Amino acid sequence: MIRDITLGQYYPGDSPIHRLDPRIKIIATVLYIVELFIVNSFIGFGICAGVLFVTVAISKVPISYIMRGLKPILLILLFTFFLNIFMVDGRVLWKIGFLKVTDNGLYTAVFMSIRLLLLIIGSSLLTLATTPISLTDGIERLLTPLQKIGVPTHEIAMMMSIALRFIPTLLEETDKIMKAQQARGADFESGNIFKRAKSLIPILVPLFVSAFRIAQDLAMAMEARCYRGGKGRTRLHEMKFKAKDIWALIALNAFLVFIILERIYMTKVGG
Amino acid sequence: MKSIIKIENLIFEYMGEEDQEPVKAINNISLDIEEGSFTAIIGQNGSGKSTLAKNLNGLLLPSGGAIYVNGWDTKDDEHIWDVRQTAGMVFQNPDNQLVSSIVEDDVAFGPENLGVEPKLIRKRVDEALESVNMGEYKRKAPHLLSGGQKQRIAIAGVVAMRPKCIIFDEPTAMLDPRGRNDIMDIIKELHEEGITVVLITHFMDEAVRAERVIILNKGTVLLDGTPEEVFKEHELIRSVNLDVPMAVELGAKLRSRGIKVPEEVVTIEEMVEFVCQYK
Repeated sequence: MIRDITLGQYYPGDSPIHRLDPRIKIIATVLYIVELFIVNSFIGFGICAGVLFVTVAISKVPISYIMRGLKPILLILLFTFFLNIFMVDGRVLWKIGFLKVTDNGLYTAVFMSIRLLLLIIGSSLLTLATTPISLTDGIERLLTPLQKIGVPTHEIAMMMSIALRFIPTLLEETDKIMKAQQARGADFESGNIFKRAKSLIPILVPLFVSAFRIAQDLAMAMEARCYRGGKGRTRLHEMKFKAKDIWALIALNAFLVFIILERIYMTKVGG
Repeated sequence: MKSIIKIENLIFEYMGEEDQEPVKAINNISLDIEEGSFTAIIGQNGSGKSTLAKNLNGLLLPSGGAIYVNGWDTKDDEHIWDVRQTAGMVFQNPDNQLVSSIVEDDVAFGPENLGVEPKLIRKRVDEALESVNMGEYKRKAPHLLSGGQKQRIAIAGVVAMRPKCIIFDEPTAMLDPRGRNDIMDIIKELHEEGITVVLITHFMDEAVRAERVIILNKGTVLLDGTPEEVFKEHELIRSVNLDVPMAVELGAKLRSRGIKVPEEVVTIEEMVEFVCQYK
């Protein structure tokens, strides 16, 4: 069914990670990505993987669920792996025709793949353990300083949450239109790619029309409920840092310092 | 009794195509809606009933005449938000009036806009959801609910703003019979709690549950009175292509066969009562 599609891959739960302030989670994810690029040794990756594993365990999101989310990017992963293996110069290990595998190539390929894998698992944990709505709330709060230079942060967040809200509605609408067209003999499944693309026009035109109608209805309903922009608005979910958020922040900083020290140490040993 | 909405010689014109005359959707209507009353407004498509509803809380502004909500002119920019908070509105399409992907966040939308304290919002949201029997769904996503349930959420969203009056613009038009009944029960309950209800509908059997029925035709008031007074004129009502409630129709047919059904019988319950007592 079209309405079963999960949004932003959120995995419902009530773990400490789920309950963390979304701002902390966003900052943590950004820091974690930065750390992955600071790290230049396998030991460093080991530490990052360890921290990630503990975080996943606390969040109680099943590993299998995370792995399922990796499937679509497997191709990119393999592509980077092979690109690195064959393109980097160094001591030749094997030679297959014009392709040669070098020691540096192999090293970079494995290195980059691990980095990419950790990066994707880490950032998908953010969307898995945070509801889309609190994610947009968190982004709004984090962007607030930009309001001073004229960035409409409230409007951006409002647009994001309305977009999230209306994805299922528009999917349903698409479903309805497609069925209506099929009932009148439309064919979406045969013919070459151009023919199929062309057959989408009778779906897209009514879909756009109804999207505008929905937008008009919604705007009126929002006005009727006294919506007048972000000014003077309060929120049901207040965002206040609690003790656990402070602890998470401390742990994050400790992790960052640790990774930087590790990098310095490894460069000294290596060089 | 004090009137909460006062309509004085209301005229509303839609701009037609270029160089065409504007279309008069509402042509000189004057009405008083009393505080705490339950009024049903019926009419065919194009009778101006939806336009009238949107004029009542300043979503549309009169082309002529004036509307006062709780004493505030809807044309007065300074009080437009007071007007909309006093006269809340529930629309026809349950999907297109929910703003959030979580039920309780949606109900909180109105109070948030009014700048209510977060702790009070929580209280109001919980109470509003209880009042429409949707308390257990507060963490759910609206798109997984049925039409009737979505409409109840929409009502909760308005109730949470603590309006004195709620305007329902054909709230049951897109629902199945069960959802329709649920919504009508909730509307009745809200009225009993003291909220002024204005129900725009084209279902006669919903209209008979009101205290006052107004029938609109071509932008003017055709009939106005208690359900008994209005439905007495069933021939006039039929002449403008509207149905009459089932009990009224049955009553008229029985009368033509010589059975003396009193004109006051307009609801199905009253008809059942009458038939059971008939000797």
